[in-house]
Amino acid sequence: MKSFEYTITDPVGIHARPAGILAKKAKEFAGSTVTIEKGGKAENVLKLMGVMKLGVKQGDVVTIRVEGGDEEAVAAQVEEFFKENL
Amino acid sequence: MITIKGKGVSAGVAAGPLYFYQRASGSIPRYQVEDRGTEWERFKAAQAKAIEQLGVLAEKAREEAGDDAAMLFETHQMMCEDMDYEEAIQNAIADEGLNAEAAVFDSGEFQAEAFAAMEDEYFSARAADVRDISRRIIGILAGVVEGGIDSDVPVVLAADDLAPSETVQLDKSKILGFVTSGGSGSSHTAILARTMGIPAIIGAGDQLREEYAGKEVVIDGGEGVAILDADEETYAKLMKKKEELRKRQELLGQLKGKPNVTKDGHEIRIYCNIGDPKDVPPVLENDGGGIGLFRSEFLYLNCDDYPTEDYQFEAYKKVLSDMGGKEVVIRTLDIGADKMIEYFHLPEEENPALGNRALRICLNRPEIFRTQLRALYRASAYGRLSIMFPMVTAVWEVEEAKKMCEQVKAELDAEGIPYSDHVDVGIMIETPAAAVISDRLAKVVDFFSIGTNDLTQYTLACDRQNNDLGRFFNPHHPAVLRLIKLVAENAHKEGIWCGICGELGADLELTETFLSIGVDELSVSPRAVLPLRQKVRETELGAVKQKLIDELMGD
Repeated sequence: MKSFEYTITDPVGIHARPAGILAKKAKEFAGSTVTIEKGGKAENVLKLMGVMKLGVKQGDVVTIRVEGGDEEAVAAQVEEFFKENL
Repeated sequence: MITIKGKGVSAGVAAGPLYFYQRASGSIPRYQVEDRGTEWERFKAAQAKAIEQLGVLAEKAREEAGDDAAMLFETHQMMCEDMDYEEAIQNAIADEGLNAEAAVFDSGEFQAEAFAAMEDEYFSARAADVRDISRRIIGILAGVVEGGIDSDVPVVLAADDLAPSETVQLDKSKILGFVTSGGSGSSHTAILARTMGIPAIIGAGDQLREEYAGKEVVIDGGEGVAILDADEETYAKLMKKKEELRKRQELLGQLKGKPNVTKDGHEIRIYCNIGDPKDVPPVLENDGGGIGLFRSEFLYLNCDDYPTEDYQFEAYKKVLSDMGGKEVVIRTLDIGADKMIEYFHLPEEENPALGNRALRICLNRPEIFRTQLRALYRASAYGRLSIMFPMVTAVWEVEEAKKMCEQVKAELDAEGIPYSDHVDVGIMIETPAAAVISDRLAKVVDFFSIGTNDLTQYTLACDRQNNDLGRFFNPHHPAVLRLIKLVAENAHKEGIWCGICGELGADLELTETFLSIGVDELSVSPRAVLPLRQKVRETELGAVKQKLIDELMGD
């Protein structure tokens, strides 16, 4: 498993738009399960509504975990996505 | 006359008949199906159709309101395929044998309620999105074709709250404005109304009654009121406002982005006066070139005790970053005279306008000044800051204030706190003394900004608070205008700029005079920017300059 922490800088938090793009992107990671965790609750990033219901706001620290597949490469891609969009 | 009060979320005035939005159908059919496999296929087909429709809406929104509006529908497309949402539908059909409409409704409600229960306003407002996609899929399953507004004349549309797909499908040529009983400032009705420039009022609650359907209504989106059966006077007043807004909008369309340049190529900067970080949006909306006067007093007036350095820093930083690199002139504390603050414990004075005020307080109580200067320099790292001192009468005052700036910078250096190296330091010219010695003052500062309100008061010995002085208080007095001319000339001799940040700057009768004198900048309220720009662009300076100067300087 590969994981990293990220502090959200987007003023609205993880809102519909980035959550949607992330869910779409995650479909390309065959064999990898990507989850996002906030305050003990984890959700698969494929689940757009589930991720939004975590209610992640600006300043929140989230943990992203990648399991299976090419963990290294997927984690790098996801981290880049967070930096660019959130 | 009935007045409905809500929250205005999109400015503008509109009048017309009130029309209640009619939804396609009320109840959701609920029954057991025989063939669960076929029912699932029925859902999948409706889901695919919904995604296709949303794609069309996204394109339509892109054309009408840009990429951000389109993204909304693209997100809806993804929500239609959400794993949890779809799984709950599949379970209801496959395990319980429920019909697709009811399965979609239940799954949507389950998700919507979870969103509605969230504290954050943005997330709780997303309940409307889930309900919207469910309604769409159910509509397709039930064979409903969504319609527009069944009216021959344009209407003011009333509803509980409109879903995004409903808003975008509306025939815009039929809508004058919106009134909703529910909704929030982040609801789609509000967002789209603003994007399309139609007035909207939300949160009217049970004041908005279906029995009002068909009544004539005037809505004022800026004030958040809808008036039914308005009396003649109210109607006339609102129509006048509508006309003013229309003219303003027209002016904006013609002048936004255009330079403030006369017919013969003489340019002047038009900046804005603000008193609060919240005032920045109107500056940008009206195309202000920068902020020529940010009165920092509000920070002190809003507090029960001296505002801390961090509190001030955040406010300055916000204005600087919101202005995105455009110049922001922040005036240091200007209290005393007509602005008193209790915790300063200033002694009562016989003549407060001639007393302990503004820079004088700052120099006498350096600990207060130091806090403000530290906050200002720290904020300078986030934009283009200029600092301005008010109420100067002598060169030594400026030198002392500048020395404090240097001390503060040295402190920040020692602490390793970043600040900009390009902070200009200027002064207000608002006393006759400062105007008369402006040749000397120009050698020690980077700019002048003339405060015409005080300069008039002190030059003419007329208390600006005293309404009885009437004709004696004349800001067009040649003594005031000659001083302005002197100040501008002395500024230019030393290669620095000279602006005006008092009321007079927006006085269109004087615009040609200011241009003739060579004033470099006018800082006015955001509303005054475009009328002023228009005036400048209509001026042929060469044709009037000599005559105006002769009139001002002649016998």
